[in-house]
Amino acid sequence: MQLTNRKIVVSNKEQSFMERLYLPAIAKGMMITLSHLFKKSPTIDYPKVKRPIAPVFRGQHVLKRDDNGAERCTSCGMCAVACPAEAITMTSGERKKGEEHLYREEKYAATYEINMLRCIFCGLCEEACPKEAIFLTDRLVDVDFERNDFIYGKDKLVEKMTERIDVTKRQTPEVLEFKKIPGLKHNELFDGNKLNKGNKH
Amino acid sequence: MTELLIYKGIMCVAVFLLALGVAAYATLWERKFAAFLQDRKGPSRAGPGGIFQPLADGVKMFMKEEIIPNVSNRSLFILGPCLFMITAVMTSVVIPWAKPVMVNGHMYDLQITDVNIGVIYLLGVVSIGVYGIMIGGWASNNKYALLGAVRASSQMISYEIAMGIALIALIISSGGSLSLKDIIEGQDEGVCNFVWQPLGFLIFFICALAETNRAPFDLPECETELVGGYHTEYSSMKLGLFLFAEYINMFISSAIMAGFYFGGYNFPFANELYSAMGLEEGSWLISLIGFGAYFTKIVLFICLFMWVRWTLPRFRYDQLMNLGWKILLPLSLLNLLITVVIEYFRGNIHF
Repeated sequence: MQLTNRKIVVSNKEQSFMERLYLPAIAKGMMITLSHLFKKSPTIDYPKVKRPIAPVFRGQHVLKRDDNGAERCTSCGMCAVACPAEAITMTSGERKKGEEHLYREEKYAATYEINMLRCIFCGLCEEACPKEAIFLTDRLVDVDFERNDFIYGKDKLVEKMTERIDVTKRQTPEVLEFKKIPGLKHNELFDGNKLNKGNKH
Repeated sequence: MTELLIYKGIMCVAVFLLALGVAAYATLWERKFAAFLQDRKGPSRAGPGGIFQPLADGVKMFMKEEIIPNVSNRSLFILGPCLFMITAVMTSVVIPWAKPVMVNGHMYDLQITDVNIGVIYLLGVVSIGVYGIMIGGWASNNKYALLGAVRASSQMISYEIAMGIALIALIISSGGSLSLKDIIEGQDEGVCNFVWQPLGFLIFFICALAETNRAPFDLPECETELVGGYHTEYSSMKLGLFLFAEYINMFISSAIMAGFYFGGYNFPFANELYSAMGLEEGSWLISLIGFGAYFTKIVLFICLFMWVRWTLPRFRYDQLMNLGWKILLPLSLLNLLITVVIEYFRGNIHF
């Protein structure tokens, strides 16, 4: 049975004089390597030059604040439920009086941890979030030496008001349109008026 | 007398620095060239285009932990790389780098010393170089190092014979002098020796590859079989000396090939150029241009060494011995015979 037409019949025939000279073959080989001297290297000088990434690249997460600087996350746990890798854990806290500028709603995430070694960067947490609080960004998770250091807490995840992180790329018109599909509960909550009529799984 | 000492001192230091500098940058260029041949970029982080990489490598070599195995022969272990390095540098003594320069009414050769048996001196020093590897490999008390050393010595001894006979043919066709200066000056006008000795050059080149332990004859240090070959047990700057001496050897053998077969500091229409520029004999500019021409040839030969290394796979040990004894030796004898016949009809030798 013939699978490819690259079959070569092995033969032990005597080498001809030209073949035994080896020099023509060596010259041929040298010309091949020489031709590579003039080819362009495909190497990318990584830290200096970065390859373009997809607009919807899924990298390190961010916990967004609203325009007043209050955290959007209400510690509902939807992201942790959605997470297929079980990378997200959180504990809830209750907002005290005078903390309105810190937390958007009465309940907030006292701690919020994502284990970056467990995370598979699927983006399901982002889809599940009813408060538009968690987003995946185009940042890469830094390399570290200790496993514990890969568990990112609120100190690393919550964005600072001085250096806000742009997530508009993650909210392209297509994405916003996608989020309007019935069954994605958070849109209805986002719209405010409608009650949850989504499908129950 | 003091004048002579100063002149010799300056020449020694200059040639030593030249050999070390070229060897240092040959290590960088080797990596760069390999990268270019393999569609990569090579070291590019230390300085613009990786220009300071040799310095970084040197610092690294000095900073590394120095290990001398307990079971080794301590004094010989240290002697090995030193001897290899010394013999590598010693060969540069007899090479004339450019035409003589006139200083204060004196003509000074740009050569450390013009030995009238320069070729024999070269062969002698090169064969001492075997001892560096042999002693180093043996003193390590390691079977891989010993195997590498045995391979190195047998290989270098085998190829010295063909090399010597190729050189005899060269000396016959270049006028019979054993002084390197005379050989290079003999190519001043007319054609370079390569025209009369193409086969001799090929033999010499192949032997030079084997003598410098370069691929495809790098069996003494083949990583796949012998870990690191004769320098398996070496670390820190002693390893650095071995690696460095290899590049000095490469530089010197390139210089010898360029001098013996391609006219050294002479180039076509050199004398016409000098007279057109109105330069008199002993001018600095003549020496500078001549040295530039010589250096260009040397660099091209170093590139050829590297080009061969990154193209051809390593020989097997028996193939190496077959090539040396059964092919190169008869071929060099044949070349000698042909040379004698040709030179007889050219009228250069008389019976």
